[in-house]
Amino acid sequence: METLTKETKQMEKRKTTRLSGSEAVIQSLLHEGVDLIFGYPGGAIMPIYDALYDYHEQLHHVLVRHEQGATHAAQGYARVTSKVGVCFVTSGPGATNAVTGIADAMIDSTPLVVISGQVTSPLLGTDAFQETDVVSITKPITKWNYQVTHAEEIPEAIAKAFYIARSGRPGPVVIDITKDAQFGQLDFSYSPIKHIRSYTPVPKVNPDNIEEAARLINLSKKPMALIGQGVILGKAEKELVAFLEKSGMPAAWTLLGLSALPSDHPQNVGMLGMHGHYGPNVKTNEADLIVAIGMRFDDRVTGDVNKYALNAKVVHLEIDPAEINKIIYADVPVLGDVKESLPLLTEKVTSNSHQEWLNEFNACYKIEHQKIINKEINPIKEKMTMGEVINKVSGVYNDDSIMVTDVGQQQMMAARYFKFKQSRSVVTSGGLGTMGFGIPAAIGAAMGQPDRPVCLFVGDGGFQMTIQELGTISQTKAPVKMVLLNNSFLGMVRQWQELFFDKRYASTELTNPDFQTIAKGYGISGEKVTARENLDEAIERMKQHQGAYLLEVAVEKEGNVFPMVQAGASVSDIRLE
Amino acid sequence: MINQEFTLSIYSENHVGLLNQITTIFIRRHINIESLTTSESAIEGIHKFTIIVNTTREQVEKLRQQIDKRVDVIKAFVFTNDEVIHQEIALYKVPTEALLNSNEIERLVREYGARILEITSEYTVIEKTGHKFETQELFEKLDRFGVSQFVRSGRVAVTKLSKELLTNYLKKLDKEETILD
Repeated sequence: METLTKETKQMEKRKTTRLSGSEAVIQSLLHEGVDLIFGYPGGAIMPIYDALYDYHEQLHHVLVRHEQGATHAAQGYARVTSKVGVCFVTSGPGATNAVTGIADAMIDSTPLVVISGQVTSPLLGTDAFQETDVVSITKPITKWNYQVTHAEEIPEAIAKAFYIARSGRPGPVVIDITKDAQFGQLDFSYSPIKHIRSYTPVPKVNPDNIEEAARLINLSKKPMALIGQGVILGKAEKELVAFLEKSGMPAAWTLLGLSALPSDHPQNVGMLGMHGHYGPNVKTNEADLIVAIGMRFDDRVTGDVNKYALNAKVVHLEIDPAEINKIIYADVPVLGDVKESLPLLTEKVTSNSHQEWLNEFNACYKIEHQKIINKEINPIKEKMTMGEVINKVSGVYNDDSIMVTDVGQQQMMAARYFKFKQSRSVVTSGGLGTMGFGIPAAIGAAMGQPDRPVCLFVGDGGFQMTIQELGTISQTKAPVKMVLLNNSFLGMVRQWQELFFDKRYASTELTNPDFQTIAKGYGISGEKVTARENLDEAIERMKQHQGAYLLEVAVEKEGNVFPMVQAGASVSDIRLE
Repeated sequence: MINQEFTLSIYSENHVGLLNQITTIFIRRHINIESLTTSESAIEGIHKFTIIVNTTREQVEKLRQQIDKRVDVIKAFVFTNDEVIHQEIALYKVPTEALLNSNEIERLVREYGARILEITSEYTVIEKTGHKFETQELFEKLDRFGVSQFVRSGRVAVTKLSKELLTNYLKKLDKEETILD
């Protein structure tokens, strides 16, 4: 028996190829269908880069200018394609520079596989040159991570990494590979992983809970759906529309749920939360039922949880069991992929039209339009506003481009004023709120969807956090349309200082460089607009220009984003001014 | 909600860094670990962590969910003290001279169901297994004779249930019947 096993093993060995660990990394990536990597070389990952050299036709590598840029670019790529974003970084500072992007991907459920080089295994734990314990550092900010110290482990580690990153609720995975494992030899064969004993990516839907959820929906007079990124990640946009149109309930979205439902859908009542729309916020406390679909009740959505959804029962459709009851108690939790649970629910709900209830949202919208929206997009003031610029750009692109944002006022304005016709059109840093996300994420988005226009909205603060990635744009010719909304302030912080800190503008005013000169230095075309009468033509020139473009617009210095639910306030206490 | 003592029984794969994966979840929520033991479980290849915390039912449930979420964790369970049979082991080092000078130490050893592990000319090592208050009480009584070292292990616990939760869970996994709620 023993000999037989040995013989079988021998036979299996014949089917394998003798490879170096580094080449095994490349081969494994090819088996996973990877064709694009964002990265930055360095000492401890040089053998992998050397192996990559022979595969440059199958496996395109984008050389970023900083590892943070690699992770955000991979995020942008993953978000618009639904594929796994892949990064190569070296040990030590290479890996620590990637930490921000990994944390961002974790909190926003973006599938990434980050492969980091590590010092040779006999030197582990000795404070060797460029050694950091990246596995410990990234443990709380990865869905899974693993350190490879032997070449033979590489195929399985990478297979597990891809399976974990993309299955269930997606997230980032770090595979740290010591230099000796990269140099080592192995008998290579690759089999994708489809099951891990300790891991249940997609819980089975419980039919009893569907039944109970449908009963609550059918009884409800004022139901409201909250759409999260789970709909997009689950590719359940059609199932969502079918559910909404049968149940007739109004639907509001979280920042990351944006674009799951077309902007002009009659049941789309707008954005939830701190800078969301007036209707969905105040109506949260009038609704008798909340149907949360693939969302996690972030504090920016709920405001004070003790004053949230006060009259409502809660049905929570969610793939991640740890989100159930984490923030808001779910009267009926429906675990599972919304792609599966939504149709089951749609089947059980009775056809309804909540027209009167919807009209209440429309009435709120009218108030908001008069008090805020109209002033923002048709300002009478001399200075241009962010909302006006964003609204125009959206229109010029026929409301059908990919919107990438940085973080801050322009992000909230973009979420409020940009319009969408199709899903997977938004790339923004929601949970982590990472300034500097915008430029590299837009590069990744442009590479993931080369046939769709990519419009980036970025402030003068965030622009300078990853300004070096203009070099990546220059080298790759990524056709990113950058709209720099320049108010010479860290606008969102300044807004809070104005409202809550007696206008004490501590360290928020920026003395900026000449951004056009910088762009020119990188060989990127652009222009600066300071007067409203030049805006339309400038946007048109940006659209007509082949390749990347920096459209800088000098906007009102002290503009504010409204409405606003103050941190810690109830959604009912949303401020219109 | 009031704080009470909970026993978390966590079953996991036996990988490098698992302890770190689990403890980081307590650290994030600023919850102190009162005691922790780790060992092989009855099932080969599956590791068991027994962790004691003082917190609310609501918090411990959220902890359990987030621990369960870790890819390498097979399953985490939460028990109150009356749902488990649990013990801790304590060792006490006293001067042998004190043992010889009176009958009191021997009497305490008998009274508390402890035992003497080792006697040398300088010191004697006493062992007691029991609940924390019992080992603590013995410490306070022995300390009058000068305890030079005292150490107590983390809690080990088994459930009072007749069905084995983990075995059942693994069977369900095999049959893919994992409705989790």
